[in-house]
Amino acid sequence: MRGIYKLYGQGAAEVRALDGIDLDITAGEFVAVMGPSGSGKSTCMNILGCLDVPSAGEYLFRGVDVASLDRDELALLRRKFMGFVFQSFNLLPRTSALANVELPLIYENVSRKRRKRLALDALRLVGLEDRADARPNQLSGGQQQRVAIARALVTEPPFLLADEPTGNLDTRTADEIMHRLVELRNERDLTIVMVTHEPDIAMYAERVLFFVDGRIQRDGPPAEVLT
Amino acid sequence: MNTADTLAMAGQAIARNKLRSFLTTLGIIIGVASVIAMVHLGQSATKSVEQQFANIGSNLLFVMPGVSQHGPSALRVSAEPFEMEDVAAIRREVPGILVAPAVSRNETVVFGNANQSIRVEGSTNEYFTVRNHPVERGREFEEAELSSGAAVCVVGDTVVEEMYLNTEPLGSNLRVGRTACRVIGVLEQRGLSMGQDRDDVIVMPIKAVQRRLAGNLDVNTVYISALQDGTSSRVRSEVESLLRQRRRIAPDEEDDFYVRDTQDIMDALSETTATMTLLLGGIAAVSLLVGGIGIMNIMLVSVTERTREIGIRLAIGARSRDVLQQFLVESVVLATLGGVIGVLIGMAGTWLMTEQFNMPFVASPGVIVLGFTFSMTIGVVFGYFPARKAAHLNPIDALRHE
Ligand SMILES: Nc1ncnc2c1ncn2[C@@H]1O[C@H](COP(=O)(O)OP(=O)(O)OP(=O)(O)O)[C@@H](O)[C@H]1O
Ligand SMILES: [Mg+2]
Repeated sequence: MRGIYKLYGQGAAEVRALDGIDLDITAGEFVAVMGPSGSGKSTCMNILGCLDVPSAGEYLFRGVDVASLDRDELALLRRKFMGFVFQSFNLLPRTSALANVELPLIYENVSRKRRKRLALDALRLVGLEDRADARPNQLSGGQQQRVAIARALVTEPPFLLADEPTGNLDTRTADEIMHRLVELRNERDLTIVMVTHEPDIAMYAERVLFFVDGRIQRDGPPAEVLT
Repeated sequence: MNTADTLAMAGQAIARNKLRSFLTTLGIIIGVASVIAMVHLGQSATKSVEQQFANIGSNLLFVMPGVSQHGPSALRVSAEPFEMEDVAAIRREVPGILVAPAVSRNETVVFGNANQSIRVEGSTNEYFTVRNHPVERGREFEEAELSSGAAVCVVGDTVVEEMYLNTEPLGSNLRVGRTACRVIGVLEQRGLSMGQDRDDVIVMPIKAVQRRLAGNLDVNTVYISALQDGTSSRVRSEVESLLRQRRRIAPDEEDDFYVRDTQDIMDALSETTATMTLLLGGIAAVSLLVGGIGIMNIMLVSVTERTREIGIRLAIGARSRDVLQQFLVESVVLATLGGVIGVLIGMAGTWLMTEQFNMPFVASPGVIVLGFTFSMTIGVVFGYFPARKAAHLNPIDALRHE
């Protein structure tokens, strides 16, 4: 990622959400993103996840310039390579946990039977296989977040993007989820980029980026950055 | 994304909000139902008119004394009746026809305990052919019976049913007015025609009615049938000029009799029903269009409401065309469901109405298929715009949508 800018608004109302970001993430890294509110963390995540495009700058994903891809190619890229966990879960309402996890597989044209099996496997991974038929409004916040993680992982993407996955959870649940993520990363060689406000959570990562006003102020191992 | 999954997804979305889905399709349901019912009723009416005329006998002319005031049943100014001589003259001078003179009266008919007022027609054997109402059992009149005015009669099916109560009518004696009358034949069943029960009739030799019941030698109707198709207008004008001559009507005077042609009446009636069908069908089609707009409206609302859902789908890798397909299929499924229900209701309505009004029930596959295709098309046309709107949402904007 080179010289990334993201501007919102115009003239006096212009906001520089990202103000010149240079960033390299190597496959298999576990990166935590920290920084005060409004510093551009989510904006950066959206660009990393190809949900949004930068106003200026270049983003190469596996050597491909993302700007050269069209809408459908971006969709394909998200489907094949990325898993998202959003700050606000973003599960489909009135749809069972299982169906929510199956969703990405539907777009992959996976057969019904295989879909169900994979989705159940993913739910087992986050310890929720017994709640497969529950709807989001019948699940606690932590459980919903685990469903969201299962959904992000069901296609076995190499790259997991999580925007404050533990933001709404108590420390115990948050720790549980972090343990799972670390385990998964070791099992599958996942690349994880995760936004968090809590230094405790950031300690699970091996590298921390500290954002201030749309720039990366500090970059290094958690022990260094957090002191 | 395969078809089964898309359909399942649409089904879930529709089932999730049943009341709203129903209300959305209501426009289509009403539209399709009314198109189906209107067009079918129109066809049924046309068919019913055709059947009734086939039953009465085509190429049939009615000649009656009096001045016609629009239509056969309108008020008539009374005029001189015809005489048997007039009938003989028509028979003699106009070629290619069958003529049946008739005297028609209502008489009290008594048999055993049964007692009813029944229409009695005095005529000749030509009556059975001209009126397309042949004798089924027994026989027609014999020459001697006709010339002497014997008290014999041929009865219709309704008379048999109501007066004889399951006993054998042939050979029995009916009391018709003041005369005892022997039954020699039973007419074929004909049913209702133009609101009249054609089987509720007793036919006697014309002389018998004139002498025994009417007490004069008048003829009040002459039935004429043209033997060859397409000649009825020629026959009509010949009969008219002959009668004008015989009744000494001056060239500047109006006819004091009138001739009705079944073809005329049939044409007029078919034209009316065709116009009505077109008109009502048009109104129904407009309501179908309104139904389509209803679908578009709700789909637009639905897209806005589900913006977040669309964002999620886009984020996890749905392509624009997947989202387009999802919403388009949803609206097509909705419209088609409406079409199915509409066709069912329309057919049920047609059935009820035809039962009610004693019309033949028609089910035209063409109209039904048209109803389906039309509602599906409406689903595609009116669903496309909202679906496109959904498909072109920006993933991140959609996700941020409140
Ligand atoms: N759609 C938008 N329109 C205008 N400004 C925006 C928009 N999205 C973000 N911003 C602005 O960009 C800046 C960065 O926002 P961003 O969401 O990346 O912050 P963040 O670091 O994720 O904050 P938080 O920790 O509160 O989630 C903020 O000043 C925000 O006001
Ligand atoms: Mg944020």
